[in-house]
Amino acid sequence: MDGNILSNAWVEVARLGDIPRLGSRVVATATGDVALFRTGDDSVFALDDHCPHKGGPLSQGIVHGHNVTCPLHNWVIDLSTGEAQAPDIGCVRRTPVRLEGDRILLALRA
Amino acid sequence: MVRPPHHHAAIWTFKRMNMLSPQRQRLVVIGNGMAGMRTVAELLARTPHRYDITVFGAEPHPNYDRIALSSVLAGEKTLDEIVINSRAWYDENNIRLITSDAAVSIDRLARTVTSASGLVAPYDKLLLATGSKPLVPPLPGLTLPGVCTFRDIADVNQMITASETQKRAVVIGGGLLGLEAAWGLKRRGMSVAVVHLMPTLMERQLDVAAGTLLQRDLDERGIAFFTNGQTEEITGTERATGVKLSDGREVPADIVVVAIGIRPNVDLGRACGLEVNRGIVVGDDMATADPSIYAVGECIEHRGQVFGLVLPIWEQAKVCAARLAGDEEACYVTPPLSTKLKITGIDVFSAGALSAAAEEDEELIYQDRKRGTYRKLVLRDNRIVGTVLYGEVKDGPWYFQQMRDGADIEAIRDRLILGEAAASLTGTVDPTAKVKALADSAEICGCNGVCKGTITAAINDLKLTTLDGVRAHTKASASCGSCTPLVEGLLLLTTGVDAKAAGPKPMCKCTSHGHAFVRKAIVAEGMKTIPEVMHRLGWLRPDGCHSCRPALNYYLLCAWPGEYVDDAQSRFVNERNHANIQKDGTYSVIPRMWGGQTNPRELRAIADVADKFGIPEMKVTGGQRIDLLGVKREDLPAVWADLNAAGMVSGHAYGKALRTVKTCVGSTWCRFGTQDSTSMGVALEKMTWGSWHPHKVKLAVSGCPRNCAEATIKDFGVIAVDSGWELHIGGNGGIHLRGTDLLCKVETPDEVLEYCGAFLQLYREEAYYLDRTAPYVERVGLDYVKARVVEDAENRRALHARFLHAQTFAQHDPWAAQNENATFKTLVPAE
Repeated sequence: MDGNILSNAWVEVARLGDIPRLGSRVVATATGDVALFRTGDDSVFALDDHCPHKGGPLSQGIVHGHNVTCPLHNWVIDLSTGEAQAPDIGCVRRTPVRLEGDRILLALRA
Repeated sequence: MVRPPHHHAAIWTFKRMNMLSPQRQRLVVIGNGMAGMRTVAELLARTPHRYDITVFGAEPHPNYDRIALSSVLAGEKTLDEIVINSRAWYDENNIRLITSDAAVSIDRLARTVTSASGLVAPYDKLLLATGSKPLVPPLPGLTLPGVCTFRDIADVNQMITASETQKRAVVIGGGLLGLEAAWGLKRRGMSVAVVHLMPTLMERQLDVAAGTLLQRDLDERGIAFFTNGQTEEITGTERATGVKLSDGREVPADIVVVAIGIRPNVDLGRACGLEVNRGIVVGDDMATADPSIYAVGECIEHRGQVFGLVLPIWEQAKVCAARLAGDEEACYVTPPLSTKLKITGIDVFSAGALSAAAEEDEELIYQDRKRGTYRKLVLRDNRIVGTVLYGEVKDGPWYFQQMRDGADIEAIRDRLILGEAAASLTGTVDPTAKVKALADSAEICGCNGVCKGTITAAINDLKLTTLDGVRAHTKASASCGSCTPLVEGLLLLTTGVDAKAAGPKPMCKCTSHGHAFVRKAIVAEGMKTIPEVMHRLGWLRPDGCHSCRPALNYYLLCAWPGEYVDDAQSRFVNERNHANIQKDGTYSVIPRMWGGQTNPRELRAIADVADKFGIPEMKVTGGQRIDLLGVKREDLPAVWADLNAAGMVSGHAYGKALRTVKTCVGSTWCRFGTQDSTSMGVALEKMTWGSWHPHKVKLAVSGCPRNCAEATIKDFGVIAVDSGWELHIGGNGGIHLRGTDLLCKVETPDEVLEYCGAFLQLYREEAYYLDRTAPYVERVGLDYVKARVVEDAENRRALHARFLHAQTFAQHDPWAAQNENATFKTLVPAE
């Protein structure tokens, strides 16, 4: 579900320092809002800002480990796979993300 | 054997008979009522041939059930149905029954009784069972036609006849007797008013709460009440036209029933020189001062007590019969008494003490307003000494039995108030009993619509053994949590695993420690940051989860005011974004309105904001604030800036924080107001705004006991009374509605502020995260809170001071200067 990387362009969307640790920012893209997460170990993840359960804005959830808890009904989403933690079933579309130094780049669909 | 064939037989018959059987004694019974005939029946059961028995009855009827007269009046029974012993019974038992001929004198020397018609009956033993007379106060107009009492069949017939031609009845007396009379007349189509001297009905059998419920129910059935009503006179010249009360109230009536009570009928006893106080004095052997004369029933006085209920009278009959039968041992002891009201559809049970009388007495109370039921048990030394039941009385006899047995209730105390079924489960309550009884289709979790069958299947199929497992897989108990006990019961029932047995509940899956332990450790060990707590207390996951981090953030904030640096990433979205997230991801914004007061300038500013940002909906909240719904995240800082510019600040409607202080207009405007409740509310809000708490906190101030601000379902509620302020704590609406407990009464606004600050600080320091004040107060107990806040003045001042100190760091408007906060902004990648 990563999309076709060949047709994507890597676009810088933020610097690492723009996102608080265990926090997130929202990026507006042509295909909808993407939530950009920074975890405790400074890993960065990008997922649609849309919980598979009822569409809650994941960007506003609490980040813990490599997970985010949706602010609406506490579904826990694995940031690395986009999968909802069992027993909930659902998947969030991920966007490829790359860190170059402190530059955060997303592979945005054209 | 030769027997007098009929009650008309003359006295010589006895003499001759006695010659034939010289060992037979003569027993004369004066009074053909329930007490006398019960004694005779008991006697016949013991010794059928010992006495030749003669009974004098003033009424023309055989023995009937006087208690059932109210049922006859109400048309539920006929006179024939309430006869206890027919004339045939007297004949079969060779009892000489003389009716419509009252005994009028006793000659104790000659041992004879003489009747009104001149009949003379000699006795060896005499039994007085003359019953009672209606208690009638010396009122002007008592003798007018249309005035009657409620004592015998003649009275009932008079009332029934009146009800056929007359419309309005007044019953004087709101006790058992009066209410049964009132109900009977109502059933017969009359409009009925009850005049009662006391403020509540049946005050001798019911406490104020039950008496009030009773009045409400009877009121709904169309009976009017004039309580605190002292009847001054019965008005009318030809016949009764109404009653006039001493406070000037007048109640018109076609018939007046005087039913304020009874007094022992002692005339004969007094006339023949027996000892008489209120009643004819008897000893434990039921004998009067004259050893050949016994007395039972409502006419007697035993150890200073007189009687109006049937149970002790049955006991007296038993003892008296035993004595008459030659048993020298039988002694009467008054049993505990219980009362039931005979009004169809209204169930009342009362026994023993109505309320705690001594310091060591305790009261257990259970009330369900919706179902109209009320239970109160009065306990002393772990024993029931009083029971008042209203609405649902099936457990009355059981409580009564426990009371009579003096049973120790310590082991079943926690469920005693729920009645026999709950309390009779041996040992501890079987937590599975309730769920066992449910069908598979029964809904367990209302929030997520999960039924019993689904949960059981999940437990079995997925081999679940924990509450969290059930929550995760079925969503049952995963939302509001009110069905948790049922889910735990299902787990226990299905797997035998007791989810509750593992000691205190861990805060979350990241730790095995409970809230209490963690709170204490933070203070005791001086831990100052979330990572430090997690590290030193062995958290299983490096940055915890969405459940423990907000709790730790709060505990640290509370423990180290001014020192701890709030961690925004450990705040739930609402507190991080200072607004309430809605289901579509937009937010609601609620500016603070101090004490619910606003003005045109604020309202204009709010309207302007709504227009400017295209806010789709506005609503007034339950806490007297204005809610702007549907605000986009990116717009929040600008919305706040505009509201700030108009002088408004955050209402914290999104936080585990002081939300609102609801007020009524109070003495400034209201004709009932006793104090300036609005100013009091504003002062409280100025003191408490911005404070963080384990859960949301709501206050209210009502200007009088009418309580328009609904202060008794608030965390801290203030009700103004003429002499000061009542302070109430621990109430909430919500999933489990809980009314407040009265903390105390204070005199000045300054005291209100101090007690409020102290209570809130106690709650802030001791409650578990996400427990509101209601479960907190229930956990620690009202007495504990009183001891800390009311009785210990020094501690109260210290708590209040700590609250104010924390407030110096907390009272910053979180809406101010957010325009610079980049986290609200959406990033837009450059092309």
